[in-house]
Amino acid sequence: MSLDLVANTVIGGALTGLVYGLMALGLSVIFGVVRVVNFAHGEMMTIAMYATVALFSALDLDPFVAVVPIAAAFFAAGYLLQAGLINPFITRPEHSQFMLLVALAIIIVNALLMAFGPDARTAQLDYLLDPIELGPLLIDRGKLAAAAVACVASAALFAFFRYTLTGTAIRACADNYLGAAVVGIRIRHLYALTFGLGAACVGVAGCMMVLLVDVTPALGPAYTLLAFVIVIVGGLGSLTGALLGGVLIGVSEALAGVLFVPSAKSMFSFALLVLVLLFRPQGLLGRRT
Amino acid sequence: MNRRAVQWLGALAALLIALPALAGSYLLSLATLILFFAYTGQAWNVMMGFAGQLSLGHALYVGVGAYAAAALFVHFGIGPWAGLWLALALCALLGAAIGFLAFRFGISGVYFALLTIAFAEFTRIGFEHFDWVGASGGLFLKVAQREHTDLVNLRGSPAMFYYVMLALTAAAFGFCAWLARSRAGYYWLAIRENEEAAQALGIHTFRYKMLAVLVSSAMTAPAGVFFAFYYNNLFPEQIFNISRSIEIILGPIIGGLGTLFGPILGAAVLTVLADGLTELVAAVGWEVPGVKQVFYGVVLLGVVMFLPQGIWPALARRLGIGASGGR
Repeated sequence: MSLDLVANTVIGGALTGLVYGLMALGLSVIFGVVRVVNFAHGEMMTIAMYATVALFSALDLDPFVAVVPIAAAFFAAGYLLQAGLINPFITRPEHSQFMLLVALAIIIVNALLMAFGPDARTAQLDYLLDPIELGPLLIDRGKLAAAAVACVASAALFAFFRYTLTGTAIRACADNYLGAAVVGIRIRHLYALTFGLGAACVGVAGCMMVLLVDVTPALGPAYTLLAFVIVIVGGLGSLTGALLGGVLIGVSEALAGVLFVPSAKSMFSFALLVLVLLFRPQGLLGRRT
Repeated sequence: MNRRAVQWLGALAALLIALPALAGSYLLSLATLILFFAYTGQAWNVMMGFAGQLSLGHALYVGVGAYAAAALFVHFGIGPWAGLWLALALCALLGAAIGFLAFRFGISGVYFALLTIAFAEFTRIGFEHFDWVGASGGLFLKVAQREHTDLVNLRGSPAMFYYVMLALTAAAFGFCAWLARSRAGYYWLAIRENEEAAQALGIHTFRYKMLAVLVSSAMTAPAGVFFAFYYNNLFPEQIFNISRSIEIILGPIIGGLGTLFGPILGAAVLTVLADGLTELVAAVGWEVPGVKQVFYGVVLLGVVMFLPQGIWPALARRLGIGASGGR
């Protein structure tokens, strides 16, 4: 195996991994603040992917334009979902929340199956077809653009949490629920806002994922698992950890696809998960609680 | 258990034993399926309902049990009763490995659930590339002789399979009833409710959590053996699929977590519901793939939102059996 191939594989994997990272970021934000594990995460992403494909084929809307309305719609839907359905469940036991989201996931997967059928859909952008040549390296334009959008969205999220008052209040909720309630923070509103932000991350990631893979309804559960693996590898609740985990998993998947068979790629992700759980259960960048 | 409960149980047992004589083949296969999910749900309930350890990967034990017995039968002609021991041993070993990894390193709650999924998925992909057992192409057993019953090789009529599954379910029920009243059962209850307090009282929580995983995983193995010989074909993609793990756990959660009748009732409700929906969808002529599962999801959503304790505790109170929710 040549060095060029390895380098190209690693770069492609890392670019894909940044989009994975953005998806996982959504999960991490939701779990870190609301303490609810979103078992419908990957399913939500497939909704975004289908929305992108539908907008592209019906209105000829470029995914890089469609990402704005889709992210906004996901934010609103996430807010309503948390405010209407999940908020009553935050004091219930873990398995009860889990069942709620599993029910939601089952509904999403099969509603998509009813609406779009089992066949793979795709949105092909002509201007992204030629790869960029950098000496021996070939960089896929679609991947590069998707990774760039993922980076911008992640940076915006980091800035929101770091520099705005609302972001600070959300972090306060996550750090100390009771303390936040005592100083008069509207926790339920902020929870809904957080879920909305997490959903918006998924929406953006879904739009970009269309540039990388063809979408089928069955993709949902697989991405839910992938998001979990990434978040645990990176460290639950750590935002940079989610991005790092995404890149790591992206690279390991890409390398596994080249070194072995593509169908065995997620085996590597799970092996990585077991290793991390063994030697660093809090994740690579997580804090021990 | 009070007298009313014993009467109900007697009536139920009589009905179940007489069922093959009363019901047609369709109803019998439905009943077998209910018993299958009642059994696996009961096994899962030991871990989650009794000891509070959430496993989302029980398909792993069904699959490994099924493949172990089927591979021995296909390759060496070794019958299922001998294969059962290999299945039990392998499942217990896997359970021990997962339990050890998790509990040794303080992995619990969501992380533990994730670890169980990871193991199941890892094994699924492994089996998809495991040529000795047919890889992703599947492993097939010679289809059963329907005429004469061969209990030694588990080949025979649907009624025989029904009785085998009924015996398994009854045994699991008795075993769990005993477990719940045993020393370990009370220790598990303590761990489930408050692990730190349990530890402070001197309960060796690591040992008892391991015991719960071992009992639960080994108990699931016979279901796998049954599955292999009942359906005669195994595909990694189907048997290890995460949706199968979820199918297993829906019954006990909907029926009532930690109760003895919950897994049975939940399995009956879900299986009948799923089947009824299939019929309904076919009758209406709305046969788009996915319709059934959407209804399924909506019903599940309803139960989770409005009956969080499950159906059995509410039903038990109404029937006047045990105020404690039938535990």
